Amino acid sequence: MARRLVLPLLALGLLAATAAYLLPGLGQKWQFVLSLRATRLGGMLVVGAAIAVATVLFQTVSRNRILTPQIMGFDALFILLQTALVASLGPVGFAGLPDLAKFLAELALLVGASLLLFGTLLGRGTEDVARMILTGVILGILFRSASGFLARVLDPNEFAVVQSQVVASFSRVNASLLPWAAGLTGLAILAALRMARQLDVLALGRAPAVSLGLRHDLVLSLALILTAVLVAVATAMVGPMAFLGLIVVALARPLAGTDRHAPLIAVSILVSCLLLVLGQTLFERVLARQSPLPAVIEFAGGLVFFFLLLKGRVR
Amino acid sequence: MRLWLALGLVLAALAVVSLATGAADLGVALGRDGSKAALIFWASRLPRTLAVMLTGAALAVSGVVMQQILRNRFVEPGTVGTGESAALGLLAVTLIAPAAPIWVKMAVTALAGLAGTALFLRLVRGIPPREVMLVPLAGLVWSGVLGAMVLHIGWQTDLLQLVQVWLMTGEFSGVIAGRYELLWIAGAAAALALFAADRFAILGLGEGLATGLGLKPAAVMRLGLVVVSVVTALVMATVGMVPFVGLVVPNITSRIMGDNLRRSLPVTALGGAALLLACDIAGRLVIHPYEVPVGTVLGVVGTMLFLWLLWRNPRHG
Amino acid sequence: MIRVEGVSHSIGRTPILHDIDLTLAPGRITALIGPNGAGKSTLLSLIARLAPLQSGRITVAGLDVAATPTRDLARVMAILPQSLNVASRLRVEELVAFGRWPHHQGRPAARDRAMVDEAIEAFTLGALRHRFLDELSGGQRQRAHLAMAFAQETEWLLLDEPLAALDMAHARALMARLAALRDQGRGVVIVVHEINFAAAWADDIVALKEGRVMAQAAPVALFTPETLGALYDTPLRVEHFEGRPLVLNHL
Repeated sequence: MARRLVLPLLALGLLAATAAYLLPGLGQKWQFVLSLRATRLGGMLVVGAAIAVATVLFQTVSRNRILTPQIMGFDALFILLQTALVASLGPVGFAGLPDLAKFLAELALLVGASLLLFGTLLGRGTEDVARMILTGVILGILFRSASGFLARVLDPNEFAVVQSQVVASFSRVNASLLPWAAGLTGLAILAALRMARQLDVLALGRAPAVSLGLRHDLVLSLALILTAVLVAVATAMVGPMAFLGLIVVALARPLAGTDRHAPLIAVSILVSCLLLVLGQTLFERVLARQSPLPAVIEFAGGLVFFFLLLKGRVR
Repeated sequence: MRLWLALGLVLAALAVVSLATGAADLGVALGRDGSKAALIFWASRLPRTLAVMLTGAALAVSGVVMQQILRNRFVEPGTVGTGESAALGLLAVTLIAPAAPIWVKMAVTALAGLAGTALFLRLVRGIPPREVMLVPLAGLVWSGVLGAMVLHIGWQTDLLQLVQVWLMTGEFSGVIAGRYELLWIAGAAAALALFAADRFAILGLGEGLATGLGLKPAAVMRLGLVVVSVVTALVMATVGMVPFVGLVVPNITSRIMGDNLRRSLPVTALGGAALLLACDIAGRLVIHPYEVPVGTVLGVVGTMLFLWLLWRNPRHG
Repeated sequence: MIRVEGVSHSIGRTPILHDIDLTLAPGRITALIGPNGAGKSTLLSLIARLAPLQSGRITVAGLDVAATPTRDLARVMAILPQSLNVASRLRVEELVAFGRWPHHQGRPAARDRAMVDEAIEAFTLGALRHRFLDELSGGQRQRAHLAMAFAQETEWLLLDEPLAALDMAHARALMARLAALRDQGRGVVIVVHEINFAAAWADDIVALKEGRVMAQAAPVALFTPETLGALYDTPLRVEHFEGRPLVLNHL
């Protein structure tokens, strides 16, 4: 199949899937249903695009195809920061913050913390990749546990509310935040696409990149910042989804047929959105269930990760 | 030699603190109504302290056994899916045969844990020993996948509260006399491992050397799996999943006194009891009179210790 | 005596050994040589009962390796496998002490402790006995493993490519120690790639090619250009030095 057809075909597919999600069976209260579906759809598109691009960027930065920002604990860090903010401002003070201000504050904290943590890790640990991944996974557990700990300390009776953030769900997309999330995601993706050529050089490795005249550390930091922003948006929208990015990019690479970032980013976004919308349609309409889609993705993605990890290493 | 003595003293001190710590003020109760204080002590404080010590010791020992079986020092039953497989078994039997006697439920849980671990062993069998980080990493991912299954089943069958709070997060607040006695069996299983310490140590030398010394590696491995599964199932069903004790305590012990298990296993057991007791006391004190589950405390303390173990420079070149 | 009778072996669907018949005499150093894939390590594993026999019969000191309890076999042969990456943190004397396990099964007596001391002395590990294995160099670690095999007090010692990771000095020292063990009456079977070590130190050579025994003889008789050329499928010059063959395999 000609490579040039991939993008248009995917785009058409997404359009069709979107229509299939939005339109059928609207019934009497069609305005209400449509706006509800539109919100969910918006959430899926934003989250899908954000996670796809974040994963592509992160895999370039870590020079590893089985890593994603979530595996390294980005999303757990985000939840920890949320909980910490609640702890420092008090539950009432925190609830009193306007949604946007709260979101931006969390975002700033996440970008700062992840630059510090993961920048150091990536700088130091690139020789022993497995140890770095292991560290990331443990950090994820640490952050999740710390969130749980803080939540208990905050209000032992109400911790269940914060606990519910652990399970991802598309039904809790916040309509008021959606435009801002979409805007931030769009900006970040545009920035990533503008950097695409430089990212191609970055992917060659530190020594070749520097010798070709790339400002290696700057580009790396920018890519990490973008990753952090995108992960924060996605996690704030629907909660943690550790393996979506892994599946999506693993599928997108052979479809794109190239490692150049511009086409790869585009294909990944389309594949991600298509997967989410189709999957959600399937579960909501065809199987008429309340959407365990994220759980299914997590499970399947976890298995994919497991086998990618062992592939070629097991004899 | 003196390490176990020092640890024993620390443990005794912690035990005293543990007996004195709790939501009710024992001293006050003692002053007012002797029989009430006695009730609190015998029905709640003492069983809880004993339960914590038994669990800590048993988990630390099963950690060592797992490390010898996998010939890798960064693993334990809590990080290779044993706990999660056992949880699946427990969920299955609770859903399918809720009226079954307790021993049946325990047996099914232990068997499920054993099956999950054996499957993992099979999957990682071909990994060359020099890829040290790969096995624990695969284990964490595997347990994550299984854990997602557990959470999902809980969500689907409306047992999510049960699963998340009771199974996945270990805590000792529900321990009273009559509810924890199964842990003595876990302690007995760990004691069994103590008797077979030399065999496990030889197993850790490698299959070639172990066979050459006249051991049957497969048989020792099976014994180890049984010990690990029984301990995990009993602990999980009684108090939930208690992570990282089996990983960090054996590593620290090994760093100090090496892997001659005949000598180091008792020390590891004492160390596990002490660590868990310390974390449990911390959990009781930090937001007194409320409690933070020990599983959550360990999620923070244990992971930080794990990271330290992972990144510290080895003592020797 | 080690007797191998009619042994064939396949790994998966790949045949490795074809109908091997072999007798190895005790009190000698026997070297198994041959090109890659000849089946040397496989044969050694079968003798050592590390792999299950598929066909044929192997007896070591009169004991059938397939039928005899593994503990009894551990008292007649000790094995030094190819890769010695012991993950455990053990001190030298603790590792050597494990060599006595087949004899005391966990309850060491005075004789066992004496044997451990003797082994540590014999391999000049006295100064290192309290050190951890991972603090030692590769050569020292191998000496510790050899001491463990020695402490096992067996008639036979089987080694799989022990010279592979050693530098010249350590390789020579190892062969000298094996010769000393042979002089004490033990039988040594060793798989080697470095044929000049085999030529210089072995009493008996077994040449394997493509899973069959191509020849079995003393070095002087076997190390000829014709035999070696046929064995390795490459022309080889053989000189003599101090009564032993010297293969010019680097030219």
